[in-house]
Amino acid sequence: MYRNLSIRQKQIVWAWAFLAIPVVFYVVIRFYPTGNAMVISFQNWNLLGDRTFAGWENYRKLWHDEVFWQVFRNTFVYLILGTPISLVISFLLAYHLDKTRFMHGFLRMLYFLPFMTSAVAMAWVWRWFYQPVPIGLFNNFLAEFGIPQIAFLRSTTNALPAILAPAIWAGLGFQIIIFMAGLRAIPQSYYEAARIDGVSNFTQLFEITIPLLKPTIVFLVVFSSIGFLRIFDQVFNMTTGDPGGPLNTTKPLVLMIYQTAFTDFDMGYASAQTVVLFLILLLVSLFQLYLLRDR
Amino acid sequence: MELTRLKALATAAVTGTSALFATSAQAVEIEYWQYFFDARVTAMEQLIENFEAANPDITVKMTHFPYADYRTKVAAAIPAGEGPDVVQLFYGWLNDYKAAQLIQPLPTDVFPADQIDAEFFPMVAAMREGDAYWALPTAVRSLALFYNKRLFDEAGIDGPPENLDQLVELGKMMTKRDGAGNLTQAGFTIAMTAQDHHWWREGLVRQFGGEPYLDDYKTVNYNTEAGLKALEFYVGLGDAANGIAGFGFMDEPQAAFKAGRAAMHIDGSFRIGSLNKTRGLKWGVTELPATADGVKSNYSSYWVNAITTKAKDEKYDAAVKFMQYVTSDEAMQIWLDVVGELPAKPSVGLTEANASHEVFGPFIRGLENANTTKFVNESAQRQLMVDMVARINLEGVSAADALAEAAAAEQKLLDDFYASN
Repeated sequence: MYRNLSIRQKQIVWAWAFLAIPVVFYVVIRFYPTGNAMVISFQNWNLLGDRTFAGWENYRKLWHDEVFWQVFRNTFVYLILGTPISLVISFLLAYHLDKTRFMHGFLRMLYFLPFMTSAVAMAWVWRWFYQPVPIGLFNNFLAEFGIPQIAFLRSTTNALPAILAPAIWAGLGFQIIIFMAGLRAIPQSYYEAARIDGVSNFTQLFEITIPLLKPTIVFLVVFSSIGFLRIFDQVFNMTTGDPGGPLNTTKPLVLMIYQTAFTDFDMGYASAQTVVLFLILLLVSLFQLYLLRDR
Repeated sequence: MELTRLKALATAAVTGTSALFATSAQAVEIEYWQYFFDARVTAMEQLIENFEAANPDITVKMTHFPYADYRTKVAAAIPAGEGPDVVQLFYGWLNDYKAAQLIQPLPTDVFPADQIDAEFFPMVAAMREGDAYWALPTAVRSLALFYNKRLFDEAGIDGPPENLDQLVELGKMMTKRDGAGNLTQAGFTIAMTAQDHHWWREGLVRQFGGEPYLDDYKTVNYNTEAGLKALEFYVGLGDAANGIAGFGFMDEPQAAFKAGRAAMHIDGSFRIGSLNKTRGLKWGVTELPATADGVKSNYSSYWVNAITTKAKDEKYDAAVKFMQYVTSDEAMQIWLDVVGELPAKPSVGLTEANASHEVFGPFIRGLENANTTKFVNESAQRQLMVDMVARINLEGVSAADALAEAAAAEQKLLDDFYASN
């Protein structure tokens, strides 16, 4: 049969033969579990017994769950604080680093180092920094000068920013590298023309650099938004014992999903939460496509 | 023609292999599963060796998994007819395993319920339903008060406290604060995230005259005067200005105790191993403090072994024999010596040598007045205790309101569970 095909058809057959590997991989590893999770979200299942059909019960439960709404808010606080702060800091650093000649490579390496470090190890080190006297680094420093201690992690108001700080710091390296690549891609001739016209540095920044960095910024906004919406490692490791605490004030959606699934063994409810997270991430991604097309 | 020859060959091969199996028959192999914990695996290897020596026709194959995968693996294997014939599970999971038909009751002729009631420590009765036991432990755990001998000597105290008043009194002598009032050394450790939620539920609430649960642990009953007194006492221990302990001090209670920054610490028998490995720590252990008029109460938990629904016929018989051996006096003594977990029967635990043992003694004596909470979801129920204390400490809620809120939330958890099971 193959013999009777035209060359063009044979090419198509071969193309699909090679494509089959990633297609099968995606279907088995990605699409099947995704579909399965959606099915489980309409079922009750504790991992041990049979799955029983639950209809919309898991979603109804989610709607009326106070903890879920608290967690929902927390997740967006991570996003709304995390993304702009990390972008502004990384842009400022990249902008100045780009102009620095002195030990340029070494400095860049220093900023990139946290990105390569294990998030778990980093979270535990920061957890130690935040402890009260006599072991906590920050509080020992404060106590040295007679300043009252700050309850970093044992506080319903300070804990979330305290966890967010190392998460932002850890992501800076990557964002700086991307920003620097974006900065290097802007043709020098624009700046030369601007200088000839006697335009100030400030105007150059806002009229040339930032507008031309738009694709980079859009990419980083989307990338870091998804990162902050999925924050888990830092929170889990800095609050083990009272995961997502105190009083759920630091709990993000992913941690709630993890707990529902693997400590409560309520797979149906956990899947319903996963579907909600999936929809949020989907909306963010579609928004990205919309912005990119606008370019 | 060709086909018939092939058929004949196949038949010959099949009968041949079955004949081969028939000659080596009688050798039943059963599978035992537990989660991976070094000492437990070593102890079980010894038990299997002894068991196989006594029962040459049975072999036991042990498989172990990391704790995190355990439940999923068990759940997937048994319904598929694979996996263990005898399985180890946490006592709190029994309801789930029963409901999912993963385990079957122990035969009443070999394990008569009344005899077990008489022979085992009383908290094991949580595994009984009607006339049958569903599972039995080899070893149990209880709580005791660890103390740092160096800090006691430094403060000139001869011995550990015997009651709660002494706990507070001695704790004060060993609590140190810097000029700004920051805690630098604690007399005692405190955190609901560790073992304290057990100590509060089954220890303090009962000692202050309450009964934490009614109706076979289906009704929450600690929102009472006794419960409130117990909670106020507990939170008072960690009072920022006058307490003998600090919430969040040194991150975790056991870390504070190991580092020699806390003089006294309540923990389970499973902590003994890691304390022994801590260099420079001179520690002792004693029973949980009683009340001034001598009321004692402790908490006990345990892992049990059960026969799965996969075990049938000769495998079932072999599994029953194996269960008999792992719940025997001999097995319990081996478990105590190798793992350091306490025997589940007074006949082994309360022997002269064990009950007066310097380290195990206080835990074993604690078993006599221990209760076992029938959790439906231990981590969720612990979280409610953690949140109760956080509301008082961080949000300024009164102890009475925080207690009422926790009790209502826990009751809802229990109701939801029993409604669907």
